[in-house]
Amino acid sequence: MGSYIPTTPAERQEMLREIGLINIKQLYSDVPSEVLLDQLTGVPEGKSELEVVQTMEAMAGKNRVFKTILRGAGAYDHYIPAIVDSVTSREELSTTYTPYQAEISQGVLQSIFEYQTMICELTGMDVSNASMYDGASSAAEAAMMCLTRKKTKVYAASTAHPDTLSTIRTYCWGRDISFELIPEKDGLADKEALSAMLDEEAACVYLQQPNFWGLLEDAEAVSEITHAAGAKMIMGVNPISLGMLKTPRECGADIAVGEGQPLGIPLSFGGPYVGFMATKQDMVRLLPGRIVGETKDNRGQRAFVLTLQAREQHIRREKASSNVCSNQALCAMRTAVYMTAMGPQGLQRAAELCFDKAHYFADQLCKIPGFKRMHDSDFFHEFVTTLPIPAQKIQAALMHHDILAGLPVEDGMLWCVTEKVTKEQLDLALQTIRGVCSK
Amino acid sequence: MSIPNNLKYAKSHEWVRQEGDLFVVGITDHAQSELGDLVFINLPNLEDDVIAGDALADVESVKAVSDIISPVSGVVVEVNEELLDAPEKINESPYEAWIAKIGQVSEEPELLTAEEYEAFLQEEK
Amino acid sequence: MKLIFELSTPGHGMQYLPQSDVPKTELPEKFRRKQALRLPEMSETDVSRHYARLAKQAFGVCSGFYPLGSCTMKYNPRVNERVASLPGFAAVHPLQPKETVEGCLEAIDTVQSLLCAVTGMDAMSMQPAAGAHGEYLGLLLIKKYLEKTGQTHRKRILIPDSAHGTNPASAVMADFDVVNIPSAPNGCVDMEAFKKALDGNVAGLMLTNPNTVGLFDPNILEITRLIHESGGLCYYDGANLNAIMGHVRPGDMGFDVVHLNLHKTFSTPHGGGGPGSGPVGCKDILKEFLPKSALGEPGDHPDSVGQIRSFYGNFGIYIRALTYILTLGAQGLRDASSTAVLNANYMMHKLKDVFPVAYDQICMHEFILTLEDEKKRSGVTALDVAKALLDEGMHPPTMYFPLVVHEALMLEPTETESRETLDAAVESFKRIRQKIDTAPEALHECPVTTPIGRPDEVGAARNPVLRYQYE
Repeated sequence: MGSYIPTTPAERQEMLREIGLINIKQLYSDVPSEVLLDQLTGVPEGKSELEVVQTMEAMAGKNRVFKTILRGAGAYDHYIPAIVDSVTSREELSTTYTPYQAEISQGVLQSIFEYQTMICELTGMDVSNASMYDGASSAAEAAMMCLTRKKTKVYAASTAHPDTLSTIRTYCWGRDISFELIPEKDGLADKEALSAMLDEEAACVYLQQPNFWGLLEDAEAVSEITHAAGAKMIMGVNPISLGMLKTPRECGADIAVGEGQPLGIPLSFGGPYVGFMATKQDMVRLLPGRIVGETKDNRGQRAFVLTLQAREQHIRREKASSNVCSNQALCAMRTAVYMTAMGPQGLQRAAELCFDKAHYFADQLCKIPGFKRMHDSDFFHEFVTTLPIPAQKIQAALMHHDILAGLPVEDGMLWCVTEKVTKEQLDLALQTIRGVCSK
Repeated sequence: MSIPNNLKYAKSHEWVRQEGDLFVVGITDHAQSELGDLVFINLPNLEDDVIAGDALADVESVKAVSDIISPVSGVVVEVNEELLDAPEKINESPYEAWIAKIGQVSEEPELLTAEEYEAFLQEEK
Repeated sequence: MKLIFELSTPGHGMQYLPQSDVPKTELPEKFRRKQALRLPEMSETDVSRHYARLAKQAFGVCSGFYPLGSCTMKYNPRVNERVASLPGFAAVHPLQPKETVEGCLEAIDTVQSLLCAVTGMDAMSMQPAAGAHGEYLGLLLIKKYLEKTGQTHRKRILIPDSAHGTNPASAVMADFDVVNIPSAPNGCVDMEAFKKALDGNVAGLMLTNPNTVGLFDPNILEITRLIHESGGLCYYDGANLNAIMGHVRPGDMGFDVVHLNLHKTFSTPHGGGGPGSGPVGCKDILKEFLPKSALGEPGDHPDSVGQIRSFYGNFGIYIRALTYILTLGAQGLRDASSTAVLNANYMMHKLKDVFPVAYDQICMHEFILTLEDEKKRSGVTALDVAKALLDEGMHPPTMYFPLVVHEALMLEPTETESRETLDAAVESFKRIRQKIDTAPEALHECPVTTPIGRPDEVGAARNPVLRYQYE
């Protein structure tokens, strides 16, 4: 049995004696005897580290790790430079608590301040918080930021990720706030419908760019419609795409949010990921979560602290607008190390490689009879095609070559290509698809 | 601790000055010194209805937030927006840094005189 | 210390990605980014050194004793990290076909059933990313239950005034009205006030037990019984589970729903504020309301509250917790808790002649010192003592929490510390005691050995500088 308790049973007995007790049970004398357990059932006996590693390796071995991944839909397989792992596996950084004690936490505080700056640069916004749980919950928290006494309706484009929509819906239901979906037209948010839907109670509109189908929305037009109704524009963006796409600021967004996973965070079956959130200067006090600011210490040196804390739950309690009391600091650090390592040119190249490869694959795929793009609009690195044969068959054929197919969606497949996939792998996928379709 | 004679006071440490039909509200020297360095103020909106005994605004120090209680019932007709950029004015000169002016006051509030407020502070200690 | 942006030199940097091997496609002008992208440009050597400097100015569990009350800063076993980074877990896409993720599903199943066993619950959702996120979900389950049973008039959630601030904040996010219940002088729920608050509009109770002053509420069974009799549900805040694993279960105490903090009790690293994991367990009556991933778990879930985030929560974190539970096993978990409680009592016993303890009785896994009298006597505050402890090379206890104790310092030594470490920390407190008795003013200047002195927090909040400004 593994144990991380340094003291021996004999030492523990001595310690007990020192405080005037005889046995461990006396420590639990306030627990009513009818619920005090003699043993814990339902949990096996402990094992040595070697045995546990073997058990967990066996479990991991039951999962398939694909060499080529053509599936995205909210989780993206990008290359992660080795330096990202090496920096964030430092024990001082990974095992520390929220940096309340600024004097011994400058490393963590500064790394968050740097992260905040990078997110502002990436999105074009003025201020960023220290990060959120993930993209979906950042979108929901952003919607909550826009609520006022008079503005109590939340709208979201139905072309956004289903998990994000479900999350915003939950947060709205929680607060008894009205939530409405903007219908889809040709794969994009229907702007005419949106104009007709918004009224003076509209608090905000959520739009994802690129949207769930990979398509590029007319974000500026949606912003204009939103602002004309006196509502706030929230944009959910893929951070890698910002290496080439217009920033949320350039599109007129008031709040930019997104899933930070593409920036150096492994797929890891859906988490931990990190949400980012940035806004304009005049909304800074509405931001939920932690924020780091620069100041000076009593010796006149540059120093960083958690600031604007009176917004938060530990001070405001039931008057706080959010209960968030942590960030995903280590994941946020991964994104900062990733962005630093890649640099401006590297991030742009990642975006362009995704874009070019996805377009090459789409072009070639649509030459195969029965494959047609489902929408006409421009796309970034994901797109939907029709399928001439059932999705299962394509999936199985590709799996045979260690390729994870696109995600089956109604009547088609949502494909994704990242910079990791070589032309050779794409051609193999195409050849395999051609083969299975002609059978 | 300064307690000007020309003002009226609430037990929740606000001062009130009547200007015609308007009631000007701020917080007392005692209140600001208890709160410490203020870093932000949340002001009410114009035309908000306020009820005596309910929160009118709140002020933040680094580690705390405190409600400012409205001493009167009425409607907010003016707020001191200068404080948004310089909440420290409340610390520096609490009796000049008014927070809001309240009109359409329904009934005469029950407030303390300067002497009564001073006695109340002594009692509270 | 220089910011990473100040270390940037145009043209520096590594090429991590290859040249394109496919034809170029033009992005239409109207979608193209106009604003120049400014990110640091640095060689990998400089990136590595920058973060090495930052790491030197961080204090982890590896750096020293970390008795941060209510945070359970126990040792984070290294093997957990290795397991979580196995490609079979780390490189798996969340939307892979079911037959290719049997290991992930087995891991989720296993950790759920183990956590149910520890808490006495019937079902567990792994979706919440943190404790506060779990609290929110727990309250949504209660809200849904009331909706489904036609009791939406029940809006009142009772919360002791000693609770974490997240409790009332979470309740408001689920549109409940918060009713604060005062603490009795013994630090536990004031039973008279509690009984008075019970009526037909009570939705439920949120309770941390052991509570935030480190005591096990002896009236617990009566409290949960009275809530149930009034028609409400009982929510268990698992923040302090590290005191009781394998000794008593929230389910047996009468709780209907519970959240856990895997980053406290189950040894996953705090990461400087996350990622954590805050699974929510519940009894059968609430099971059908648990969240489902719209994309990952297709099909009808008519009564689910929906989602509170994407996919299935922080998988990589609960894989670590699973590794931990399998390592310790049933008896190991019991020993971990009882040793955590023993260590707290041992330290309290040795410290109570140095500084007054707020509740002088057998405590659970944590206890509170109060500097209230000291502040009146010498002007030395809890903050001063905390900062002096920094100069002693240990992480200070939690300060000014819970709010019901004035000038509080809350210590939670955890089970993974040796007696020598506890004794050394006691000596540190004694040295500070001596300093207070001889030159109390000096305490206001602490810390003096840290990279920076006390920061100007007022200035930071009045004139917020929240990002680096490029020239």
